[in-house]
Amino acid sequence: MELLSAEFFQRALIGGALIAITAPLLGLFLVLRRLAMIGDTLAHVSIAGVALGLLINVYPVAVGLLFAIAASFGIEWLRKAYRTYAELSLAIIMSGGIALASLLFTIGKSFSQNANSFWFGSIYTLDYTDIYVILGVTVVVLSMVLIHKKELFLLTFDEDAAAVSGLPMKYFNIMLSILTALVVSAAIKIVGALLVSALLTIPAACSLALSRSFKQAVILVVVIGEAAVLAGLWIAGVANLAPGGTVVLLLIAILVMCIASTRLIRT
Amino acid sequence: MNATATDATSAAGATEMRAATAAAKTAQAGCHQEIVSLSGVSFSYDNQPILQDVSFRIMERDFVGLIGSNGAGKTTLLRMIVGLTRPQKGSVSLFGTPAAQFKDWNLIGYVPQRSHFNPLFPATVKEVVLSGLYGRKKLFRRISKEDVGRCDDALKALKIEDLGDKRIGALSGGQQQRVFLARALINNPKLLILDEPLTGIDIETQQNFFHMIKHMHQRHNITFLMVSHDMDMVRSYLGEEPKERSGKLSFYVRHSHDLEDCQGTDLLHSLRKEG
Repeated sequence: MELLSAEFFQRALIGGALIAITAPLLGLFLVLRRLAMIGDTLAHVSIAGVALGLLINVYPVAVGLLFAIAASFGIEWLRKAYRTYAELSLAIIMSGGIALASLLFTIGKSFSQNANSFWFGSIYTLDYTDIYVILGVTVVVLSMVLIHKKELFLLTFDEDAAAVSGLPMKYFNIMLSILTALVVSAAIKIVGALLVSALLTIPAACSLALSRSFKQAVILVVVIGEAAVLAGLWIAGVANLAPGGTVVLLLIAILVMCIASTRLIRT
Repeated sequence: MNATATDATSAAGATEMRAATAAAKTAQAGCHQEIVSLSGVSFSYDNQPILQDVSFRIMERDFVGLIGSNGAGKTTLLRMIVGLTRPQKGSVSLFGTPAAQFKDWNLIGYVPQRSHFNPLFPATVKEVVLSGLYGRKKLFRRISKEDVGRCDDALKALKIEDLGDKRIGALSGGQQQRVFLARALINNPKLLILDEPLTGIDIETQQNFFHMIKHMHQRHNITFLMVSHDMDMVRSYLGEEPKERSGKLSFYVRHSHDLEDCQGTDLLHSLRKEG
């Protein structure tokens, strides 16, 4: 219980609880649009931005965000050039991001210690600036998703039908790209670039196994995200383990239970 | 002859009014408004010409059957009409407006080829049918009780009301096809575009389905454009000879002068009564 009164742990819980709403929610749309790997790609590019931020002494998360936004436009552009090969554009941009990050990290050898915290996450070092950034991202993402929940559903279910019904497709695609970049850059410090993808995709994978309706799916991803993040942080704090690791392993455990339970129901 | 001239049962005033509007719309040919106009449309993909100089007009209450071999450009032509693909040459007009300026997309119902949705997609039949309403006009608006009522009507009209809460991926091919037709119908479209609606479903369901759309053509004010592989079914309703050919495409046309039983705009309600 001492842990709960520690201020760094409270900040970790707040940051974790916020990102556990937005990441799984946005991840649901991404997974259903067959862009599950986009989180991973943006996270790696974002790390390059973080490295640049550390190098030129600008708030690293902000530079990471700019990089992630640029990358998401790059992905959309390549996705159009190679229609039906969405994963190809992700692979290309991701390797570009890693390459750039490794270059920047060799230039600024002195901050490699700090860089590690972005690869693996360092939720206990969240400061108040980070919390405000995460809070801002959460408010933006939640309000956009709530305002456009009908259109995002249609866009995700059937992109052609959305275009035929006259929806401004460019607006929605750009919006989703920017929201994804926002969530990924905010999540990096919490779970680390290597594990961001898990928070985006595993709750969605669970909901695909369990939900019958879209409404159920939306509720389920957020519930699963919250459960895994809060419990994972708690276990990590008590047992002195890496929080990113406990959160992701918990998510996988929940996924296994979801799949097992649907098997049981069906047989 | 005017479509309303033989309508003995309808009130004289209404007849006059409808005759007047019909006359006003008598632009080029026949008694009805022009719904789709293609003029000199060409499209090629990777330097392979798919469509070359296609010109065709669809009038209100036409039933157009579009037949052609694989790769003849049927789907491309439909995608052009609904604005998903732009012609490289030529122009497309919808309801008399050039496609680029056309805004009333709710007038058009489009049922693409066996939708390629992910079978695990978490969405119920009701959620899918309601999404037919989510157009430009519905941006920033909530789903109203009336919308839900229209969804229920559409489900009943297509006799899938007991499937409303089922997950879309759990249905059979024929049932899914009905769901997508219901989604296209929920807006009361004037033009219904169907891309091979009969493939992948069993013969009996095919016949029911075709019977249903023939009925909609004859009794309601809907214009149809349908791509099909099934020559027998197309010929049985649209006649032996195509009205026009263009490249590898043939257009079979049947125009309906039958009366609209349903005076109101509540198409789905009347369809349900028809049973």
